[in-house]
Amino acid sequence: MAQALEPDAARRLLVTVAQTRNVDAFETLFRFYAPRVRSFMALKVRDRQVAEELMQETMASVWSKATQFDPERGHVSAWVFTIARNVRIDFYRRRRPQFDASDPVFVADSAPPADEEFEHRQDAKLLREAMATLPQEQIEVLQKAFFEDISHSTIAEELGLPIGTVKSRIRLAFAKLRSALEGRR
Amino acid sequence: MTIKHHISDDFLLEYAAGTLSEGWSLGVASHLALCPECRERLAAMEGAAGALLDKIDATSPGGSEEDAWARMKGRLGEIRVEEVLRDAPAPSAALATAGPQGVLPEPLRSYVGGDIHEVKWRALGRGAYQILIDTGDRTTQTRLLRIPAGKPVPEHTHQGRELTLVLSGSFRDEVDRFGRGDVEEADGSLLHQPKADEDQDCICLAVTEAPLKFSSWIVRLVQPILKI
Ligand SMILES: [Zn+2]
Repeated sequence: MAQALEPDAARRLLVTVAQTRNVDAFETLFRFYAPRVRSFMALKVRDRQVAEELMQETMASVWSKATQFDPERGHVSAWVFTIARNVRIDFYRRRRPQFDASDPVFVADSAPPADEEFEHRQDAKLLREAMATLPQEQIEVLQKAFFEDISHSTIAEELGLPIGTVKSRIRLAFAKLRSALEGRR
Repeated sequence: MTIKHHISDDFLLEYAAGTLSEGWSLGVASHLALCPECRERLAAMEGAAGALLDKIDATSPGGSEEDAWARMKGRLGEIRVEEVLRDAPAPSAALATAGPQGVLPEPLRSYVGGDIHEVKWRALGRGAYQILIDTGDRTTQTRLLRIPAGKPVPEHTHQGRELTLVLSGSFRDEVDRFGRGDVEEADGSLLHQPKADEDQDCICLAVTEAPLKFSSWIVRLVQPILKI
């Protein structure tokens, strides 16, 4: 199992996949993300066979949708997470309405795109640094929220905490992450 | 006009995680369509999820990574590749006002079946109208409501969670004034007395917990008219 893949390296590999359908580049991505996506799925479905199938489906989407990844925005890991999340939602036949950026009523960001490119490249790095400074009790709540597919009230029950405490940990965590991102401006 | 009242971290995180049910998600996604600031917040949350995914315990019990890759590699030729380019950015509409482009953003417009002038509103009497929105989500009730200008609402408390998104016009309560794009989230602890502003009717998306049918202030406004 690949132990590490730097954000910039992951971005270059995915762009290579999108542009040239390079199987070697995809293999490097696969060896890093496949075990992680499998673990993500297994936290919810509890069945190894099903987790394996959902991982395969997620990675197949990474291959087929590679051209939709915007290298100037966000980080490959965040993008892979959203694909895995959507595969899991589909598996449970749930619906998650989404905004449509090509809709004429959609309100686009007024910031000049040229500034955004640079900013978003910095974001992945700043976010990681800020995540490393969060207290374990906040990380624990975020991990449960993202990976276990349970509501915040269920998180509170599982941790034996009042719901208000869970919500305040969420607020504190994102306040810190946001201030780290705003610090770049 | 700038959006002042945004989606809470609580709702936005459940939306980012994919655990929020369809009715609430429709409210969140409709606000996101109007609010670049919350889209940035959502991206930061997904970024956090990505950073956590990198660090997830990925020691696979028994499974073979070689087998998994061999299987994936064998399938690559059959996977249909989506060559479409990324979504082009929408023509910039920097102001969050209901412009000539329309009032209801996607995904709401598709759920409703058209923009506010294209669909049939059900008259509730006293100048109020509603459109019930069909979702597959039995845990929520979702509707568009049109409240007559200047109409006050009797004092009451909420039962359960509720999310109100203003789409046209505005209302005011003890908390603040809410205009297009603004969201008011409430739970059982909020006591307030909202009133649609005088200048025009107020059109809102109201998502409430089911089966507490009439927990929303905005639904309570029309409740006497419904005679339920
Ligand atoms: Zn917002």
